[in-house]
Amino acid sequence: MTPALRLVSLKKHFAAGRAGFFHRDPRLVHAVDGISLEVAHGEILALVGESGCGKSTLALTLLGLEKPTSGEIHFEGTDVTHLRGAALKDMHRRIQMVFQDPYESLNPMMTVEEAVAEPLEVHSLLKNSAARRTRVIQALEDAGLKPADSFLDRLPHQLSGGQRQRVVIAAALVLEPTILLADEPVSMLDVSIRAEILNLLAEIRARRSITILFITHDFGTIAHFADRIAVMYLGRIVEIGATEEVLRDPQHPYTQALLSAVPVPNPRLRQKRLILQGETPNPIDLPSGCRFHPRCPVAEDRCRLTDPPAVPLSATHSAACLLVED
Amino acid sequence: MTSPLLDVRDLSVDFHLPGRPPGHAVSRVGFTLQPGEAMGLVGESGCGKTTLSLALLRLLPPQGRIVSGSVKFNGRELLALSEPEMANVRWKDISMIFQGAMNALNPVASIGAQISEAVRRHYSFMTPVEARTRTAELLDMVGIGAARAGQYPHQYSGGMRQRAMIAMALACSPQIVIADEPTTALDVMIQAQILDLLDRLRRELGLAVIFVTHDLGVVAELCDKVLVMYAGVTAEYAGVDEIYNQPRHPYTQELLKAFPDLSRPRAALNSIPGYPPRIDALPPGCRFAPRCPAVFDRCHIDQPALHALTPEHLAACHLVESES
Amino acid sequence: MTDQPTLITGRAFWRGFRRNRIAVAGLAMLLIALAAAVFAPAVAPYDPYAPVAITVESIYQRPGPAHWLGTDDAGKDVLSNFIFGARVSLTVGIFASFISVVIGGLIGISAGYFGGRLERWLMRFTDFMLVIPDLPLIVVIVAITRPSLTNIILVIGLLGWTTTARLVRSQTLSIKERKFVLRARSIGAGHLHILRRHIFPLVLPLLVVNSVLIISLAILNESTLSFLGLSDPTRISWGQMLNYAFERGAMSSRAWWVLVTPGFGIVWLVLGFTLLGHGLEQVLNPRTEWHHLTDHPRMVSLPAPLNPQP
Repeated sequence: MTPALRLVSLKKHFAAGRAGFFHRDPRLVHAVDGISLEVAHGEILALVGESGCGKSTLALTLLGLEKPTSGEIHFEGTDVTHLRGAALKDMHRRIQMVFQDPYESLNPMMTVEEAVAEPLEVHSLLKNSAARRTRVIQALEDAGLKPADSFLDRLPHQLSGGQRQRVVIAAALVLEPTILLADEPVSMLDVSIRAEILNLLAEIRARRSITILFITHDFGTIAHFADRIAVMYLGRIVEIGATEEVLRDPQHPYTQALLSAVPVPNPRLRQKRLILQGETPNPIDLPSGCRFHPRCPVAEDRCRLTDPPAVPLSATHSAACLLVED
Repeated sequence: MTSPLLDVRDLSVDFHLPGRPPGHAVSRVGFTLQPGEAMGLVGESGCGKTTLSLALLRLLPPQGRIVSGSVKFNGRELLALSEPEMANVRWKDISMIFQGAMNALNPVASIGAQISEAVRRHYSFMTPVEARTRTAELLDMVGIGAARAGQYPHQYSGGMRQRAMIAMALACSPQIVIADEPTTALDVMIQAQILDLLDRLRRELGLAVIFVTHDLGVVAELCDKVLVMYAGVTAEYAGVDEIYNQPRHPYTQELLKAFPDLSRPRAALNSIPGYPPRIDALPPGCRFAPRCPAVFDRCHIDQPALHALTPEHLAACHLVESES
Repeated sequence: MTDQPTLITGRAFWRGFRRNRIAVAGLAMLLIALAAAVFAPAVAPYDPYAPVAITVESIYQRPGPAHWLGTDDAGKDVLSNFIFGARVSLTVGIFASFISVVIGGLIGISAGYFGGRLERWLMRFTDFMLVIPDLPLIVVIVAITRPSLTNIILVIGLLGWTTTARLVRSQTLSIKERKFVLRARSIGAGHLHILRRHIFPLVLPLLVVNSVLIISLAILNESTLSFLGLSDPTRISWGQMLNYAFERGAMSSRAWWVLVTPGFGIVWLVLGFTLLGHGLEQVLNPRTEWHHLTDHPRMVSLPAPLNPQP
């Protein structure tokens, strides 16, 4: 079966500042630096990484808001990398995004109805206002805002954080997309309602078999929610596998460190944590060889020289580390 | 037992907004803190955590008033102090890392200058050179390194800015530091670094720390005891092991079920339906009753008293009361 | 807590507006002036455009029962001139400010939203216009063209947009960065849609406040032009009244009423618009209500000393 999404060594580089007097060639930020990936229909894939790992740039590139530098994006078997104009806009219909901050991602002056109907308006769908309203109400109810009529005329400041995020989800669903990008959709919400939103996304996946790309820096949130996990570091995927495999048996030292840094809510399981010093280096001056070697606790000499390829560990699990090969 | 470093009893804070009934933001909350002890103050947003910590420092906004209670620091009643005396207590005895303050650093002054300024404001006898020496010492202590004193906030990453805030809070060698959501909005690895730093400072300097947070993982890793607040009242107050392994209040139990636990990846996450009540429209009985899965008739009428299961384990729930 | 956006619904706006004494006072002053201007023929005791037979006695008559505010050098009733003069000031003020705000808004929004080279050129042009002293330029242009009411409105309006453009640009820059704009782009929305549905509605309050404040500037400019003799000679305006008074010996005749009356009118309108503008600003943007210099919020409040517990 054709995957819902296929990326072939996708790259997105930005110029860091303009070419100036002192350096003729602008230096490059390697935000996304060669990502190949297949995501099946109805699958939930978690992209895990720290800020600066390129996961947000990847999302913007998938949305068509950034042009990839090289590589291909295949969407349901069709190459959409170089679409323009109407065809690009049409693709927008099928890939939608939910943003991190529900307080910021709704226009404060638009009512719930206007916000949810906006995608229909942009794509000139359902011009009949009664039909449009029916669709909006349907989307709100799918997003768990019931009774939907009572929400139509409300403004964002009259809603709680969870309700706002539901409105954003409804606005993403109204075009009936095949792929939903969710960028940290619960990190700004109270712990007590995070599960509600996660369950809602899982339910939408089950009902509509939507593919969900879940971008996060927190393993805890996705542990029982994602089907597969891809760990990103400096624009690359360093480890990918089924959720169980990655959580139980992480192979890449970076994945191991990230997992050990997640605080466990049980005081009896306190342990010495593996804390990496320093921060993700900027993606301009990439380290030679393995890009993780300067922070890697188990780095060897050869890591400085060789850029490790992805090593398959099982049918679904692979990690890009020289030490795994042995 | 020695007398505690901080002894808070029956502290209540009301908020008076024009044209509204007074809101009871904090009602009769009490706890103690020993030197070098770490306490977690947890609950959903709007449950009174931040208000309580501001009240300890008497830094409430103009609408807020402490209406009853006592806050004793080393046996000294802080609520009876004059404002200049209290100003002396703040920062020198008890200091606070405010939520989001790392994004409120002055963008046009160097980090070193901002810390020196904080030092000199409280130690007016220090010469600029002495203040600079102290600043260098502080920057080394929090792992920034004195060499970066001359840099400006935009040259610092989020984690480094938070370290600078910690340095500022430690400027006058306080005995208690209140850290309000010190790691929210930071990446996992940076979060771990900051928590590691706070834990190290606590051990090395003998600091008592109050972690105000909604992150139950942080509390489990670092704290000795936990105060769970709900809608301004104490829900449960106990040692960290009791809270996580024998939680008695339904709110604590629900909160734990809502928090993801990597050691049990198959456990489904739970959510607590509904929202905390508004502080000016509190339910008549138990404040958690409208959302409680174990609610029964009495909960809607009677507000449960804080009941001692053991001297160190308190919970405010009718179920606990009837059991014992 | 997240920063609440500067948003106000219609009803909340009126509630806030009614509570704001400055805004209400400004509005009241303007309504009086507006009523006088609209109903001038009914309100004014004489028709200032009707020819009068003058005698020596009728020039610079002191205020009295026949002429409440006396007469001017041509024996005309000052009160009637004053009431009719309000028409010119209000017309020039409102239309010129409209032109300014439209130009400033367009330039500011396009520069802020599109950025890049367009922004650099537009802002360079704006800075260029900003450093040219307005008034001398206006005087020169009006002197070269014919000083008609339309010309005056056009010249004042076409030169008065610079501050609006700068303010609108910075507001647009900050709105453009907000997440809901990115969300709209991710839906596939084009520039026109984003400008119309997301940027403009949030810039609008700023435009409203700004246009009110610019009206008072335009009124002052118009009065200055008329005072310098560059007014439409066929229409009575307050600046023109001042000009005649100065040139035709009102000072030496000690006819203070001829000077004070139009002066008072100008001050009344400018003050009214300024008060309304600042009031609106406070209502529409609650964040300007508190200023760290005006009132330091009391950090500590305790009702009474508490008895330390045993």
